Amino acid sequence: MKRSIWLRLAPYLFTLGFFALWEAACRALSISAFVLPPPSAIWTALVQYQKPLYTNAFHTLWMTSAGFALSILFGLAVGLLVGSSRLLRAGLNPLLVGFNAIPKVAVVPILVLWFGVGWLPPVLTAFVISFFPIVVNVATGLATIEPETEDVLKALGASRLDIMTKVGIPRSLPYFFGALKVSITLAYVGSVIGEQNASNLGIGNLITRASADFNVPLVFAALIVLAVLGIFLVAVVDFVENRMTGWAKRSQMAGG
Amino acid sequence: MTAFVELNEVTHVYGGGDGPPAVEGLSLKVREGEFAAIVGPSGCGKSTLMKLATGLQKPKAGLVAVAGQRVAEPIKITGMAFQNPVLLPWRTTLENLLLPLEVVQPHRQRLRANKAEYVARAEALLEKVGLKGMGAKYPWELSGGMQQRASLCRSLIHEPKLLMLDEPFGALDAFTREELWCVIRDLQAERAVTVILVTHDLREAVFLADRVFCMSARPGKITAEREIGFARPRDLEITYTPEFAEIVHELRGHIRQARAAA
Ligand SMILES: Nc1ncnc2c1ncn2[C@@H]1O[C@H](COP(=O)(O)OP(=O)(O)OP(=O)(O)O)[C@@H](O)[C@H]1O
Ligand SMILES: [Mg+2]
Repeated sequence: MKRSIWLRLAPYLFTLGFFALWEAACRALSISAFVLPPPSAIWTALVQYQKPLYTNAFHTLWMTSAGFALSILFGLAVGLLVGSSRLLRAGLNPLLVGFNAIPKVAVVPILVLWFGVGWLPPVLTAFVISFFPIVVNVATGLATIEPETEDVLKALGASRLDIMTKVGIPRSLPYFFGALKVSITLAYVGSVIGEQNASNLGIGNLITRASADFNVPLVFAALIVLAVLGIFLVAVVDFVENRMTGWAKRSQMAGG
Repeated sequence: MTAFVELNEVTHVYGGGDGPPAVEGLSLKVREGEFAAIVGPSGCGKSTLMKLATGLQKPKAGLVAVAGQRVAEPIKITGMAFQNPVLLPWRTTLENLLLPLEVVQPHRQRLRANKAEYVARAEALLEKVGLKGMGAKYPWELSGGMQQRASLCRSLIHEPKLLMLDEPFGALDAFTREELWCVIRDLQAERAVTVILVTHDLREAVFLADRVFCMSARPGKITAEREIGFARPRDLEITYTPEFAEIVHELRGHIRQARAAA
């Protein structure tokens, strides 16, 4: 009973403790606010700039969601294709791995060249940075069906489509949602990178401008907003995942 | 004798290359309605035989025929169960049982409209194997033995002509195993289905089968064949008779020879 209360409180206590330590360190070592502003100064900035922070955060959220939605669509489609065909898997593997290895920051200038400064580069950066984990995970879920399960179905005369819909897709759902958790954070990083380099709006752009003005507390305030938004997005994905694939967790608990 | 399942001089190489064959010159005939058991050293090609007979693997040479038809692709009259019950964890036990019906014709077309009838059929089957009322449970809520029973039900739900069992009781304790022997015995008697059972347990083979085939070490072929004459229905008590022990002993000799030859 007591233990479970502590468990529930732990996330809040640890977060509070982290900021308390931060504040104490800044004061004790009298660190300049230009180097590392204490949480109190960041809080002041948060309050002072709440309006631009709010509108820009909203914009970033939009960019991230759009990019993320694209990578779900695209990632699912490619993942299903790659997972269901050994030929495609063999053929596309080097392309996908190579593409994933390209630092996405390096792609932003190209996107600007193609689409100019605006909302497209952040969305596309979010997309290109976040679709890979989805592809890989969905493909893995499909490609690792137990051979016996496949035999049972094939011996009944099941077509490949049958096996895919009856087993492959439900089975790859936990992999898919696992990938979403990684992807959403990546998409978020992607849209901020895009905004920093190729947008007049969004938290990324706000950070660029604030650091040009040496407004360090505002930079940190923006970072805090990013962190909170990130936690929120992951929580949303977590929630959906639990609703959709609770069986995977419960069956693992039963197995282990 | 007309054979229901026939393998004639079958050779199979995995991967289709020129590697060492898994089975070579394998011949075997199983009559319709017969209960055949296959025993042999580990890795000799028993599971391979199952895959060949059901068309899941194509032989490199030789002929495979089931019900008078040459097997060229997976045949659709089989039910299969393995040592690993492979139930789908996102489906309840009942939904797992219905899976074959979602695939096999004519059930596939009739399932939606006649759901109640099929559910009743599945529940009757569950009751027969001692899983009455467990249909709503998920597989991971069942014990290993219960999962294996459910897996047996799944292999039978579409009333297959041919039942392939690959060490289905291998992972179970002795008591559960003997209980399931009786379940299989009764189901087979009731439906007159042809059964091919792969097992490592010679007592299991002798108790259940009409005929036991012994295989050599890899590359596997049939080295001995033994009719088991005990009258049916058989009681578990016969496993403690001297006649029974003698047959088990004889088969053990064959296996030991096969292992020594390897
Ligand atoms: N998918 C596969 N690819 C390549 N080789 C295989 C494959 N499956 C089986 N083999 C090989 O074929 C031989 C026969 O395998 P099989 O699974 O039929 O043996 P088994 O008699 O069922 O063994 P066990 O009693 O241990 O289950 C083995 O030597 C094995 O290594
Ligand atoms: Mg085997």
